[in-house]
Amino acid sequence: MNSIDYLKDKADWVKKELLKIHKIAPGIRLASSLSCIEILTTLYYRKIINYDPKNIFWDQRDRFIISKAHGSVSFYPILADLGFFGMEQLAMVGKPGGILADIPDCSIPGYETVNGSLGHGLGVACGISLALKRRNRKENVFVLSGDGELFEGSVWEAIMFAPHHKLNNLILIIDNNKICMLDYCKNIIDIEPIEDKFKVFGWQTAIVDGHNIEELYDILTHAKIRISDKPIVIIANTVKGKGVARLEKDSLCHIKSLTIEEVDKLLMEMN
Amino acid sequence: MRINNLIRKSAEIRLRVLETALRAGKGHVPPAFSWVDIGVSLFYGGILQIKPSEPRWPERDRFILSKGHGCLTLYAILSDLGFFPKNELENFCGHGCLLAGHPDPNIPGVEIVSGSLGHGLGISAGMALSAKIDGKDWFVYTLLGDGECQEGSVWEAAMFASHHKLNNLVAIVDRNRLGATDFTENSLSLEPFSRRWQAFGWEVVNKNGHDIEQLIDVLSKAKQRTSAQPLLIIADTTKGKGVSFMEGSPLWHHRMPKSEEIQAALKELSQFKSQETN
Amino acid sequence: MRDAFIEALFSRMETNENIFFISADFGAPALDKLRDKYADRFVNVGIAEQNLINVATGLALEGFIVYAYAIAPFLSMRAYEQIRTSISILAQIRDININLIGVGAGLSYDVTGPTHHCLEDSCIMAVLPNFTIFSPSDAILSEKFVDYTLRKSGPKYIRMDGKAQPEIYADEKQISFEDGFTELRKGSEVCIVSTGYMTHEALKVADALSQDNISTGVVDVYFLKPFNEQLLVKIFREYRHIVTMEEAFLNKGGLDTIVEHACFSNRVYIGMTKLGFGDKYVFDVGNREHLYRTNGLDLGNMIKKIKTDLNRN
Repeated sequence: MNSIDYLKDKADWVKKELLKIHKIAPGIRLASSLSCIEILTTLYYRKIINYDPKNIFWDQRDRFIISKAHGSVSFYPILADLGFFGMEQLAMVGKPGGILADIPDCSIPGYETVNGSLGHGLGVACGISLALKRRNRKENVFVLSGDGELFEGSVWEAIMFAPHHKLNNLILIIDNNKICMLDYCKNIIDIEPIEDKFKVFGWQTAIVDGHNIEELYDILTHAKIRISDKPIVIIANTVKGKGVARLEKDSLCHIKSLTIEEVDKLLMEMN
Repeated sequence: MRINNLIRKSAEIRLRVLETALRAGKGHVPPAFSWVDIGVSLFYGGILQIKPSEPRWPERDRFILSKGHGCLTLYAILSDLGFFPKNELENFCGHGCLLAGHPDPNIPGVEIVSGSLGHGLGISAGMALSAKIDGKDWFVYTLLGDGECQEGSVWEAAMFASHHKLNNLVAIVDRNRLGATDFTENSLSLEPFSRRWQAFGWEVVNKNGHDIEQLIDVLSKAKQRTSAQPLLIIADTTKGKGVSFMEGSPLWHHRMPKSEEIQAALKELSQFKSQETN
Repeated sequence: MRDAFIEALFSRMETNENIFFISADFGAPALDKLRDKYADRFVNVGIAEQNLINVATGLALEGFIVYAYAIAPFLSMRAYEQIRTSISILAQIRDININLIGVGAGLSYDVTGPTHHCLEDSCIMAVLPNFTIFSPSDAILSEKFVDYTLRKSGPKYIRMDGKAQPEIYADEKQISFEDGFTELRKGSEVCIVSTGYMTHEALKVADALSQDNISTGVVDVYFLKPFNEQLLVKIFREYRHIVTMEEAFLNKGGLDTIVEHACFSNRVYIGMTKLGFGDKYVFDVGNREHLYRTNGLDLGNMIKKIKTDLNRN
């Protein structure tokens, strides 16, 4: 099986696991976690991000900061599958004694920072990138951010900081699913075209279909090659609630839950 | 007022700023100097519709000094226009007096508390939005420092203003290229400054911040604009403008001149007195 | 205090390559040579306090011992959410040595107006779990704290006065970082507990009371958190009245609340006078002395209040 087919299969599996988690933890941010499955799968299953599940602070690991933590519950099955913690934890999301909460935090192996609150991940990643640069290290720093997060001023402070300090070891991926909590992002504050803003703030930019694993694989493997002294942003166009018809294109899908019957039906269809 | 008189007024304001600071032994003089010509354009060039006898006249244009540490210029202008007695300048930072090191709305003509940077644009946007909602004609003019634009809150306000099409909002950036300790381009580069604001949906105009004619020209046309975008005027200025040894130097933020420096500064700033007026 | 701290840090940077200094465009004469000599371990983030905290966190996660420096009100309040999320919460899981250096505690920047005053920081910073709060009253304490910050990991907030203050700890043996405070004077009737700048005022008040034959002690608290509560309470038992003095809002979780809590939870039921600032920002224009006067904190008023409370006791 070639890389791409492998990743596609894995992405399907992650989606199923996420839906199963949702059955026992209806409070997770499902729609948000659906939009970044392909991104997370591609990053981890072909080790675009270097890691060691048995040594989560291995000094040669690439750092991965999930700024949109609330929308990364799809990361749980990936981490379990790769050995960061036991698979049994997936059946205990949000349950007493489990290590996985509805919104991830850094007590979970594989999560580096605290990101339930938005707008911090990129700044912290800048500090990490700077430290690695000053120490002449080769590791990279990846950040997964939401698009709504770009409304936070603290993110723009970091966006100014990174190119100023030539942090070309910093790779920002924006899960551009275009929906916030109460509405489409563009109805709240229209910041498109995002790419133009990043360009003029000194970043290298790329746009991909965030559900197209071939495109993701291609751009993410190339992102690690430092061709300039600029940080890189990859704007991944995605669909919030991808794969669940009821959630897709629903401007209020951020907080919506599926019933157990709906989940079972989806799982059956996927099989 | 004719242009020569406005130039003279600028010189007068600068002198008053320095005298005020010297008497008190403190004050941010160079940051005040850099926007004097902008201030004179706004307040004496027929731009701001205001009433000194009625500082909270409901139909007034609002002026927000977001770079609050530049307040000595505002104090000099407001007192000159009669918002409060000129002798208040003699009591700058004086016990129990009106004028503190940063402005607050106890002072007639001052709209907000500023001193902490990065808030003025957001507040201005809120005011401009309320004017739109109420169908009012008055405009909001806000003066920011360029270093201030390193604050994320400025960009939150910038994206908000353009999204809400606040074309009754005119922001002016005193682009003197200096923060408190270093050149802005050394600490956190803001360039390409115009294009960044354009990318955030603003109409941007670049002007010489010491050319009163140019400034009045663009400011006087602001209310007739048909664009839906808010307007940013990037005024290229020199920090400390007016006193040669202060100009463009990172050393001069809130440093006070001493001994011979005082005499030299006063001499330079008093030169307008010997010139004829028209 | 600030310069003493930075000078001491500068000298440690020669042998400790893990020290990193980061500023939000705030300077100091002592900082110029640090910026020059250790350019690879200094960054000015610009006027961007939120990013200051986040970048400091990133550096600390990578093993640097970080000193994040700004004016106290902007450091503690502009970036409070970042401090809470990226430092306070994170520190419970990850080992990060981050030292927030806030200059301009209390009314240090008197005439600059309420935006530059800092009457809130002792309360709001003490609220945060995992934080050590250091509130020195002189430059010697401030300088000594540098080695403490290097030795002890974790988040720390240091609130320094913005102006030079007289020396209190010429005899360094008086200092106890383990206890977190020093009984500068012993008495038997009134115990004044103070912190930061107010300790200088406390010594004057103690002198004045003693001249009126009221035996007065002074305890200078320089660790608002953590400190040796049992020892402090033991000291209190020697007195019949406590006076707390701080340049902060009263009854909001600062020193007065800390002392009150220590007494109550150890059954030390003793009269208390709280001296500090009421529930209003200080818009009065004037130097510190003037602002104290307009807020009832001149020496005469303080003595009067203490005596009134003593008699009621």
